[in-house]
Amino acid sequence: MKQYETVIGLEVHVELATKTKIFCGCSTEFGGAPNTHTCPVCTGMPGSLPVLNRQVVEFALKAGIAANCQINQYCKFDRKNYFYPDNPQNYQISQLYLPICHDGWVEIETSAGNKKVRIHEMHMEEDAGKLIHDEWEDCSLVDYNRSGVPLIEIVSEPDMRSSEEVIAYLEKLRCMMQYLGVSDCKLQEGSMRADVNLSVREVGSESFGTRTEMKNLNSFKAIARAIEGERERQIELIEEGRTVIQETRRWDDNKESSHAMRSKEDAKDYRYFPDPDLPPIHISDAWIQKIRESQPELREEKLLRYQSEYELSAYDAGILTESRHLSLLFEEVAKLCGNPKKAANWFMGEVLRLTKDKGLDVEKVSFTPKHLSDLISMVEKKEVSAQNAKKVFERVFEEDINPVAYIEEHGLKIVEDTGLLNDTLQKIMDENPGPLEELLGGKEKVFGFFVGKMMRELKGKASPDAVREALVKEVERRKNQ
Amino acid sequence: MAKIIDDETIENVCILAKLSLNEEAKEKAKEDMQKMLDYVEKLDELDTKGVEPLSHIFGDQNVFREDVVTNGDNKEAMLANAPKAKEGQYQVPKTIG
Repeated sequence: MKQYETVIGLEVHVELATKTKIFCGCSTEFGGAPNTHTCPVCTGMPGSLPVLNRQVVEFALKAGIAANCQINQYCKFDRKNYFYPDNPQNYQISQLYLPICHDGWVEIETSAGNKKVRIHEMHMEEDAGKLIHDEWEDCSLVDYNRSGVPLIEIVSEPDMRSSEEVIAYLEKLRCMMQYLGVSDCKLQEGSMRADVNLSVREVGSESFGTRTEMKNLNSFKAIARAIEGERERQIELIEEGRTVIQETRRWDDNKESSHAMRSKEDAKDYRYFPDPDLPPIHISDAWIQKIRESQPELREEKLLRYQSEYELSAYDAGILTESRHLSLLFEEVAKLCGNPKKAANWFMGEVLRLTKDKGLDVEKVSFTPKHLSDLISMVEKKEVSAQNAKKVFERVFEEDINPVAYIEEHGLKIVEDTGLLNDTLQKIMDENPGPLEELLGGKEKVFGFFVGKMMRELKGKASPDAVREALVKEVERRKNQ
Repeated sequence: MAKIIDDETIENVCILAKLSLNEEAKEKAKEDMQKMLDYVEKLDELDTKGVEPLSHIFGDQNVFREDVVTNGDNKEAMLANAPKAKEGQYQVPKTIG
């Protein structure tokens, strides 16, 4: 069989994290009761007029600048006309002729090394409503809460060659958007959606094969499976001497197969034209400069800084910067306790372990940074045992308790007070005359027995070192009596 | 000369506009559209070389609103416009994506 190469380009839709919709003052909050976030504008009532949300332009600029794009300083909106019940205006307001950002690139990491994926363009547009099929009455029901939620569509060049590269690209975009605060990029909630354009060609061929577009991909795993499935389907067609038809296909992840959505007869004819309701946008040099200056530290920069400034390993730095949310929490703890390495150990160990054990989303991890830094300081000062500190941290992680007060209240603080140590020792020796005789007789083995009893009795309030020291002294004293 | 509105064009326009016209209406529409195109064709007499396409006739630019929620729950008022509603949603003929 011939060797084939897969050629993939992506159209990624990202829902922007604005408080309101792109053209009206309705809330964008996810999960509201149907149609509670709607108004005449986002339901396409005649005579209503859209007014652009400034934040949408800012977010699009932030994303474009981070992805090394050129900015169209003069840009405008166009109408994309089509009839569908989820689109109440009968047109979607989008950008065709002058998208806000174009010609950029992002770098992805793959097992074969780093690679640049070029960005063809990024444009602003509005989302559509949601259609639900009603089995009972055999009709469809529409919820317009999502109608008018701002999106940016990020169109890549056909630069990817495998599902691994596609996933790396999507992860890169997601991480970038989350760091910029532009979108939370949750695939399950649909705030990040990807359409895959795929064609195959013989290895060495310069020209592209006929491509298909695949929709309905809502997890990274589904995307990987859909790519494998579509690659095989196209190769099979070519091997059988048939041709690939340019069409839109819908992936069914349960059946692990796709089917054609739109036939060639009603090929796309959206009759785009400039939206007369929305005046053009002029983005000044000063505006771009202001955005550049306010860009947050992105992951790549953080990775390097963690290694140079905090002296962390590349591996630890990589894990700690995967989520911006977690990295900011870590930085705060590191700053407060003045010991980034110890703080990193706590995050790599306890924080991530508990997150995994509790099946929690890392973005939802939340506790007062000072609570962990206090705990770290207490361990360093030997005021609490490492083992007890871990137990206390579980409560910090779950309920954000104040660890200093908790340790105090539950008597977990290591006591310098030798009085308590001696009293406990006397009590244990009195209770165990047999082993005591053996100990005084020089049986080393029994030493551990007493240390264990002491530790249990003191519940970690004394360090093992202090207990051992007290025991040795007491044995010496009794021997010399 | 302006584009000729033939049967094929009018069929396609009907599909795009989701209209089903009878033969009589189709002929009438063909005639009307042809008249419109012929009328607009007059503009071709102008030399527009070097003239940027104009999308907006007023000089307005950068008309923005701030990202502040100003609308509350309008569900009842909005659904009152719907011919049919069910469970707080607009009821439409069965549509599958």
